[in-house]
Amino acid sequence: MVFSRLFRRQTQPEPKIEAGLKKTRRGIFKDISALFERSEITDDLYEDLEELLIQADLGVETTVELLDNLRARINREHIRQPADAREALRAEMIALLHHATRNRKIKIYQRGVPFVILVVGVNGTGKTTTIAKLAKFHQNAGRSVVMVAGDTFRAAAIQQLQVWGDRLNATVIAHQPNADPGAVVFDGMKAAYNRNADILLIDTAGRLHTKYNLMEELKKIRNIIQRHVAEAPQEVLLVIDATTGQNGLVQAKKFAETADITDIAIAKLDGTARGGIAFAISRELGIPISYVGTGEQVTELTEFSPETYVDALFFGEEGDSDNV
Amino acid sequence: MFETLSDRLNEVFQRIGKKGRLTEGDVDEAMREVRRALLEADVNFKVVRDFVTAVRERAVGEEVLKALTPAQQVISIVDDELIKVLGSERVELEVASPPPTIIMLVGLQGSGKTTHASKLANFLKKEGRRPLLVAADVYRPAAIDQLQTLGEQIAVPVHTDGNKESPVKIAQNAIKLAKDKGFNPVIIDTAGRLQIDERMMHELEEITAAVHPTETLLVADAMTGQEAVSVAQEFHRRLALTGLILTKMDGDARGGAALSIRSVVGVPIKFIGTGERVDALEPFYPDRLASRILGMGDVLTLIERAQSETTEEENLKLQEKVLGGSFNLEDFLNQLQQIKRMGPLSQILEMIPGIGQAVRQQNVQVSDDEFKHIEAMIHSMTLQERRHPEIIKPSRRKRIAAGSGTTQAEVNQLLNQFKQMQKMMEQMGNMGGGKRGGKLRGLLSGNPLAGMNSPELEAMMQGGGMPPALGRGTAPARPAPPQRKKSTKKKSKSRRR
Repeated sequence: MVFSRLFRRQTQPEPKIEAGLKKTRRGIFKDISALFERSEITDDLYEDLEELLIQADLGVETTVELLDNLRARINREHIRQPADAREALRAEMIALLHHATRNRKIKIYQRGVPFVILVVGVNGTGKTTTIAKLAKFHQNAGRSVVMVAGDTFRAAAIQQLQVWGDRLNATVIAHQPNADPGAVVFDGMKAAYNRNADILLIDTAGRLHTKYNLMEELKKIRNIIQRHVAEAPQEVLLVIDATTGQNGLVQAKKFAETADITDIAIAKLDGTARGGIAFAISRELGIPISYVGTGEQVTELTEFSPETYVDALFFGEEGDSDNV
Repeated sequence: MFETLSDRLNEVFQRIGKKGRLTEGDVDEAMREVRRALLEADVNFKVVRDFVTAVRERAVGEEVLKALTPAQQVISIVDDELIKVLGSERVELEVASPPPTIIMLVGLQGSGKTTHASKLANFLKKEGRRPLLVAADVYRPAAIDQLQTLGEQIAVPVHTDGNKESPVKIAQNAIKLAKDKGFNPVIIDTAGRLQIDERMMHELEEITAAVHPTETLLVADAMTGQEAVSVAQEFHRRLALTGLILTKMDGDARGGAALSIRSVVGVPIKFIGTGERVDALEPFYPDRLASRILGMGDVLTLIERAQSETTEEENLKLQEKVLGGSFNLEDFLNQLQQIKRMGPLSQILEMIPGIGQAVRQQNVQVSDDEFKHIEAMIHSMTLQERRHPEIIKPSRRKRIAAGSGTTQAEVNQLLNQFKQMQKMMEQMGNMGGGKRGGKLRGLLSGNPLAGMNSPELEAMMQGGGMPPALGRGTAPARPAPPQRKKSTKKKSKSRRR
């Protein structure tokens, strides 16, 4: 599987390659390479590129800007060979994604002060799975993890987190369904102190960014967290589904406004997801994209890197042909 | 964030309009805007291409070139074509004979299958049927618990064999149970899967072969991007879909995915999901989705929301007042409070065609705090003053300002704006209009714009930006955006940069 290979840097065990995922991704990057297999750089090339990038969910504006930049670079550097143009495109795409890493804050883990990660997002983006992956990630780094089942609304969301807690051998603080999420978070903060936890992962109910009251609820949760640790939550992670189209940009914007997100995770990038929304978010908002989730396995979470992302999505390494 | 198609088309045609005649090239330019609007709504690239070709053909043929309002003409063609693709008729769920009807829900992870299985069960139960839910997602942690909990909530039995049995076997057992106990229909919740996951897709084929579902519904997230087409195509190729449920339509996604899926696989959209509660499942209306895809505001949804916040009686009373010219500050306060209950102001404004655009273009800060000031001022008035604002003279004004922590100028402004509003209502009262117009009137009477510090907005409202919306019948009202003075427009542009 192309993705786990390219993104694997942080995951220890060999991810299982499922037969069904072999076809992953070939579609788009085969196309993009084919585009450059022509004798000269023509307007047709730009048009074809535009089509491809829009189909990868970059959105119209981002695509247009990217192609303008490419054109400028090609003129500036007197590029004549399509193969060189391909490299120029790659460089421009990576440059665009660097907006999303520049503002990344260094995470400081202090002994005795729980590092609180509040995980938010719209419904069904993969928050709970991402939490499990984050828990595993921090456990692998030797940190102790407590999880808080802050989604008291969706049926069986609590059980879902508890199943992960059992599998990962991590404590899960939970209340009854439909309890006040604030109360669970309060208990979670206390538990983090009592158990001397390094990492406190808070799951929240999925909420559409258009739901005013639900968005306000996040502010309340933040207040409760801050009653215990003033600088917490040190990480507010927005999980975005990689198959999301242009609405992903609106999501990021709205959650940034109300929930002060510090990081973004692009989840479900394992299939045929196009992941182009990362470029639009990077370009327009510059909120750090920190993680990429690539599968249902708990180890399939990696740090976001512009180079890897661009290569995996669009320029697949040559050695991948065995996956076709 | 996104300009609406009508804004853009108006811009295009206004620019062209100056040189007198429209050419075919101008239509091309308009088509580029149509294309862009659809792409921003996440309609698939290839679908957009075909769609624009069809619209262009009609646009050139239908004498857009000679039309008085070419922008409107183009929009109505686009709208028409959209509805054509989306399907103009509501398609009911198939019923199997002999029973039971078997409905299988399939889709990607996180699209909302489990939630919608229970919504569907609830819907069918209300129709007097005896549905059975089947928990065939044996992979996701606690998926079975989730369905059981939801089943309990709506008092619909849930068949489960735990997560040790194969989904095929679970489905077969459930059908047997349904036949024995007389459950009908049977709704099978399957695990989320990628369309390219060979093993998982094969599992669905096996279930299909084993129980022959009457309906195989693809549950698709309205926020899905360009990938929607491949997803639908692959599910359709392997399972022969019979319909679509479009979920998370209560958000602000344009839902272009629906258009892509419809035009590629051709199956009807049977329901849309509009919230997390079990009753948030609605039949599908193509015209509403069409305006939404085009970002034209969603007046009908707004009306519905307003209706859910007010009672029929309140509305009638209000309507009478508005029409009778006896609408006073007290009613205004009530209206403000109702609007507040509907959600944040900026969001409500977005739903009114023309207004959202104006707000964006003029870079007006829409703040709910404005409400507070207005409320405070009205609260500081005596009943007499609220009912007869004309008695407010300088000394009263001073008292009101002091009482509400505002200035006399602000009080004055409120009173002036209120006067203008009353005038507008009088005009509306004279216009007549259908039943729906009445509802709109109810909404507009509490017009939040009155509280905003923007002469342009007022000018716009008086300039007829709003009232035409009232004259329209059942179709979503789509008034031409107001003609702004050139100078204003320039100013707003520079401000935006």
